[in-house]
This record gives sequence, structure tokens and C-alpha cells, in this order.
Amino acid sequence: MSEALVMGAVAYDPKVVTIWDGFQRWFAEHDFAFDYVLYSNYERLVEAHFHGDVDLAWNSPLAWLQAERIADRAGRRAEAIAMRNTDCDLTSVIVARSDSGIESAADLRGKTVAVGAADSPQGTLIPLGHLAEAGLEPDSDFTVRRFDVLLGKHGDHVGGERDAAKALVRGEVDAACMIDFNHYFFGKEGTLPSGSTRILAQTGEYDHCNFTVLDDAPADSIQRFRELLLSMSYDDPQVRPLLDLEGLKQWEPGRTEKYALLAQAIDRFGTIDEFVARVAESAK
Amino acid sequence: MIVVDLRDLGLDRGGHLLVKRALGRSAAGDAVAVRGSAPGLAVDLKAWCRSQGHEVEADDGGWKVRRSATADGRWRRAEATGDPSAVVDDAPAHWGLAARGATVEAGAPAFDFPLHTRDAIWADEAAALYAQAAAAQWDPATAIPWQTPIDLPDEVEDAIVQILTYLIENETAALVVPARFAAQVHPHFREVMQLLAIQAADEARHIEVFTRRALLRRSRLALSTVGGQASLKTLVDEADFALASFLLSVLGEGSFLNLLRFLHEHAPDPVTQAVMRLTAQDEARHVAFGIAHLTRHVEADPGFLTRLASAVERRHDALAETAGLNEEVFDALVLLAAGAWQPEAIERGWDAVQTLQRAMEDGRRQRLVRIGFAADAAAALSALHTRNFM
Repeated sequence: MSEALVMGAVAYDPKVVTIWDGFQRWFAEHDFAFDYVLYSNYERLVEAHFHGDVDLAWNSPLAWLQAERIADRAGRRAEAIAMRNTDCDLTSVIVARSDSGIESAADLRGKTVAVGAADSPQGTLIPLGHLAEAGLEPDSDFTVRRFDVLLGKHGDHVGGERDAAKALVRGEVDAACMIDFNHYFFGKEGTLPSGSTRILAQTGEYDHCNFTVLDDAPADSIQRFRELLLSMSYDDPQVRPLLDLEGLKQWEPGRTEKYALLAQAIDRFGTIDEFVARVAESAK
Repeated sequence: MIVVDLRDLGLDRGGHLLVKRALGRSAAGDAVAVRGSAPGLAVDLKAWCRSQGHEVEADDGGWKVRRSATADGRWRRAEATGDPSAVVDDAPAHWGLAARGATVEAGAPAFDFPLHTRDAIWADEAAALYAQAAAAQWDPATAIPWQTPIDLPDEVEDAIVQILTYLIENETAALVVPARFAAQVHPHFREVMQLLAIQAADEARHIEVFTRRALLRRSRLALSTVGGQASLKTLVDEADFALASFLLSVLGEGSFLNLLRFLHEHAPDPVTQAVMRLTAQDEARHVAFGIAHLTRHVEADPGFLTRLASAVERRHDALAETAGLNEEVFDALVLLAAGAWQPEAIERGWDAVQTLQRAMEDGRRQRLVRIGFAADAAAALSALHTRNFM
């Protein structure tokens, strides 16, 4: 097992085991030794990555920025090698009840806005950053109601956004933030009854998860891993259920330019500064 | 380019159906123009397209959606599960529960249906027998004149209750056996599965009416013997479908058919008479299916007769040390046929039961010959059949 490429990921849901066990089998059938380690939260994963416990990490966008910034400070280099087609060009929306009289983001002054987990890029950080850019500072110009489902999972668990949407429908808050797909999905599952809400604002585009490697990763193994990953086809009945579970149709090459919105938001809120400083110190 | 105008229909109200339909009519890589005025459409359309793998871009006040090649991935290696009106020789495990003639996605889980070959279970008569069975279902509440007053001498009533007690345990075996095999038949052979299921349902009804009749004038049922249950246990324990079906349907229920007709003829009250008439009708179908598929099986593999013969011999050996038919049941049959306690009546009853046993023997031999046994082998095997009838 020692020669296997080891990936770290966060266990935000029991299905994670099914997914990575399945990919492990698929890699093995393609003569590639792959193994994985699950962490309960992204901070633990990022720290383990810098300690060399794993060769690569399946990182949330926030974990990517943590890794990138720690690498910067420690004189290391982080690279995003691949991502899902569904990780690209996402947006978040801020939604109010259609009968509330709230017509635009500016009307949220003095109101209560529901968000997802405190460390969720899509459910909290990016939409709050968007409102702040528009001149509405969270916790001073409006009240933020946080739905902290599974902190440390960076919002991977959809529960926080769903609870925020439910609070909106119940009239407990004036607006709720969610990723664009959940706006569609919550409508489909009935959490947001059709026609009952109005989109007040939509953020700019951002990217989501990526496979992150550091400069000391075994280059040949990483290259082979990436080639195999990008060759996975939705036509293949063996990987299709795994791709369905992981929520993608195709793996794409990694890119990092669309983490700018999140970077801007966490700079404003100081979300990861302390963590980055602490881990960078030990990673030097 | 196909143009879809959603007007004010959003994706939160099913608008994706129209987009999907238009994409379904275009080739991979081709674009569909989408127009619409629903609030939130821009957000939802983009999110939906991303989840489906389609590309989307703003275009002339609307959107252009380009169909993804991965959209067809799920069905590219899909497989048809045969023809709806014909069965295959061997049904693959990964067809699973899918209907015959459906299209199954590749990668479906393999189900463990041990009875998956045509030769092992199929009979062309299965569909017709199932249809007959479905049409001949009767309602115990209305088909039997439960309200007719019954006033029999105590000993005759006791004899009836003893016979019914015996019938109930036999019919319970006849329910358990097909029910177990119904769950082992590959659903591709759905007519066989349905037939076994309705056979089990028939037996459930028989157990009900026998019990109800027995409790009309008594608060308890009668005696169950070691010998009777040991004989039935050899049926329940038979793990091979063809052998179990042979022992149960051809030999057991075949003999039971004679017994039920005998009870119909000698029934001392209209309730018992109706119960026996209706249950005998059902049993005749069970016997017909057993004969049909075993005949087919033997035609495909004549060596199978040897296995059938040794199953009878094995069962005979296993039961050699048991008492056979419950003495109380035998005596009850005699009394029922006698109808009275005068010695000449008892003698008449005795003769009638002897005639019944000969009729059972003849019936078994004829059915064995139907399946393919030579006359002398059929006679020898018939003689080895359990003395417990079933």
C-alpha cells in the first residue's frame, strides 16, 4: 500500500465512502494504486496536507484558498489540477418572499438575512461579500442569521442552505442566500414553493472544489492520476453511478482564476487569517 | 435552430421539460434557443444546464443551450430485456426486476434468481393457466353458503373437523412451497412467477375456508400427527424447484384432487360441499402446471426422469419409519362416507375409502406416464408415494 497515491477528503456525508471506494476500485482496474483518507473537517485536511500525510486533497474552494495562502507564506506552491464540470462558473442568489415588498438588495437594510454555515463559500461568504460590496455591511447594516449545519465542512452539506430557505418561507427571516443550483433544486423538491420567492441579487461567477497538490507531490503519480481522472466517461456504467453521486458529468482541468470573489470576501471578513498564519508557521 | 419559448413558465414550474424535449430533438453539439420571461429563469436555466452537462450562453435577449454529448451516456450501452412476447433460454442476472421487453441501463445490480433458465421452469401453458386462475378467483365470503344451518351428529362434526385440520396443514405446505419458489424465479419468466404467486394465494384462501368451516360448530381444531408433519416437511425441505414441484403438484396435489372430490361427494352439509368443490377446482390448475412444465423439462432432458424417480425413492426412505396417514383422518374419512354407525354403513364407507385410494393410485400412475415414465416404472413409483396422500 505504501506506493499508493493517497488523497485526503472530508467526510461531509456517508456517501463519500461509497464514492471513493468506487473510484479506488476503478483506479485499481486501471493499474493505478490509489487510496484515500477521510477527515472530519477541511482545516484538519489542509493541515495534514502540509504535514505530508496525504499526496493530494479534494478541497473545497475555501480550503483551496487556505492551502494557497499557507503555501505562499511558507514559501511553498499549491496547484489545482482538476475539478468537476459542475464546479465551474457558479453563482449564488439572495432571495426574498415575493409578497414581502422587498424589491432589491438595497431594501435589506435593517432586515434579517439567513445564510448557511459560517464557513460556506456559496451559502454565506460570497453572498455576504456581494452585499458588502453593494454597501450593506453584514451584522451592522442588516442582521445575519446563520444556519450552522456541520461547521468545518465548508457548506458541503446542503442542510444549512435548506434551513435558511425554510426560515424564509416560514417568515422568520427577510431573505435567504443559496447557490444557484439549490434555488432550482429547492423549488423542485418543494422547499421553496414555486412563485413564492423573488431573486433580489445574483453574485458574480465563482468556482467550487478542486484537487489540490503541493510542490512536493510525487509528480509522475499525480500526472497519471490526473490523466485517468480526465479520461473517466459518463458512458462508462462502472463510474457513472459514482459521477452521479459526486455530482458531475465530466472531470475538467483545474483553474484558479474564479476563486477571486471568495478571496475578496474572506479578505473583507478575515475568515481564514488566523488559521493560515498558524499552519504556515508550522509548514515552514 | 429549434426555438423554445417558455413565455412566463419558469424552471420552478416544470419549464425544463420543454427545454429537455427540444434538446432531445437536436444532435449533440447543436444549440437550442430558449426564450422566456419567468423571474429567476436566467439563474435556474444556467444551474440546470450545468447539472446536465449542457453549455448555456446569453443570446439575443434569451439563451442558447448547446446539447452535451454526455446527455446520452446513461443509455448508450443500455440493453433490451428480450421480447415482451417471448422468453429467452437464460435470463441474465443484471436484467433484475425490469419488465420483459424493457431497456435497462448498463451497470444495473445483478440479482440472485436461482431459477433463471427456460428449461428449468418454463411451460408454454403458464400464461393460459395464470389467466384461468385469475378469472376463477372466488370470494370466500360470498361463494360459500356460510349461513346455512348445520346440525350434524357430534361424531360426524368431529370427523369433519379432523379432516379439515389435516387439510389445513397440507395446504399450508402447498402455500409455503410455491411462495418460496416464486421469489427464486427470474422475473423474465413472469407468467411462471405469477402462476406460483396465485397458487400461493389459492392456498391462502383454502386455509381460510377450511379453518372457517372447522370453527363453525367447534371452538378448537383437531389432531396433528408426527407422521403427517414429517411427510410434509420433506416437501417443504426440497430445495430443487423441479423436484419440489413434482412431489407437491404432480404426486401430492394430484392425490389431493381425488381426496377433495371424495369429500365433495360425501360432504354431509352444503357448506363443506361448497368448500370442497371450490378448492378442488383450484387444485386441478396447480396439477396442470406441474405436469406441463415437468413434461417440457423431460422432453428437453430425458435423463431428468431418473432424478424424479430417485426423489420419490428418497422421500419414501425418509418416511419409511413414520406412521403415514393419521389414523384419525383415515377413520374420519370412513365415517364420513358411511354417514351412519350401522355395520353395513361402515362397510360401505370402508369400501368408498378403498376406492378413493385406488383412484389416487390410478391418477398418480397416469400423471407419471404423462410426464414420460414407462407404465411399469410409473406403477412402481406411484406405490412409493407417501401414505399421507400429499
